[in-house]
Amino acid sequence: MTEFRLFLIQRITAGLLLVMGVAHLAILLAATQAPLSAAAILARTHANPFWPAFYAVFAMTAATHAALGLRVIAREWLGWRGTAWGIGLWAVLVTLGLRAAWIIA
Amino acid sequence: MSGPDTALPDTALVVDLWRGDAGGGGLVRYRVPVDPGQTILDVLTWVQRHAEPGLAYRFACRVGMCGSCAVMVNGVPRWACRTRAIPVARQGRLEIRPLRHFPVIRDLVVDFEAFFARWRRALGRFAPASPPPDALAVIAPDASDRQLVDAAIECIGCGICLAACDSVGANPDYLGPAALNRAWAAVNDRRDDTMGHLRAAARDGGVHACHAQGSCRRFCPVGRDPAGAIVGLKRRLLVAALKGRL
Repeated sequence: MTEFRLFLIQRITAGLLLVMGVAHLAILLAATQAPLSAAAILARTHANPFWPAFYAVFAMTAATHAALGLRVIAREWLGWRGTAWGIGLWAVLVTLGLRAAWIIA
Repeated sequence: MSGPDTALPDTALVVDLWRGDAGGGGLVRYRVPVDPGQTILDVLTWVQRHAEPGLAYRFACRVGMCGSCAVMVNGVPRWACRTRAIPVARQGRLEIRPLRHFPVIRDLVVDFEAFFARWRRALGRFAPASPPPDALAVIAPDASDRQLVDAAIECIGCGICLAACDSVGANPDYLGPAALNRAWAAVNDRRDDTMGHLRAAARDGGVHACHAQGSCRRFCPVGRDPAGAIVGLKRRLLVAALKGRL
């Protein structure tokens, strides 16, 4: 059942990533088409808490999806059956993502 | 051996047969006379009758009903009795091995115990709701749930889908396509309790271990669609999980 729950989480994060990834690409295109300098982009993200919140959720979703996927690949291709390293990988990815979101806050 | 039917014609198939047992083995080459229309089973029978009486292989009905003769032919799982040799030969060569993902007993004979153990773990059988209803269920042949059952039944249990499935190879705990296909037939039977099959399919090694590569559907000799059955189970499980019924 644990495996099935993790599978569901991966599917749900995949759906979220689809929406948020498209939004992220649209934001990138809009920023570069404007064009906005790095300082101008940061001024906007500092002014509006929506942006760090959006990217914090985006980064955590990507970290969760990637850690779960790599865990399955490692189990099937390398025979790594343990869970500790997967949780560790997830923690590292979440930390990196949240750190990035914190910087633009 | 001597006899009129043992003389090799000008053209012969080069057949590499895996011979050995659970301890190991290897390919042994035989030259089998070409006979138009001959099947892989005919090739094996020729080898046993004329070259290697000790060759172990399995068959029963010879007409694609019993599901006992499946082997790997040039890397592809096939039913030996209904596979013509010439079309699947590569430059006149056949490499015939025991089914993938099955323990070998001897030569081409494999042990199906683990295959059927998967069916049991997947609750691959009718599990009626209790208490039974007072009246017999009337299920019209064209009812949508009956159509789903029709699509899933009449599996001959040949093991080809399991041999074709790379997910089984990567994860030996995986229940595999045949067992989940049987569970799907039961889930769509309106007399069935349903939840038992869904809970079994949600256990570790259940439907989520399928990577939807579709080899089960591609190689099933009787046209079943275990990949579609697994997708159906995933959908039902998602709904059941969202409703908190698992």
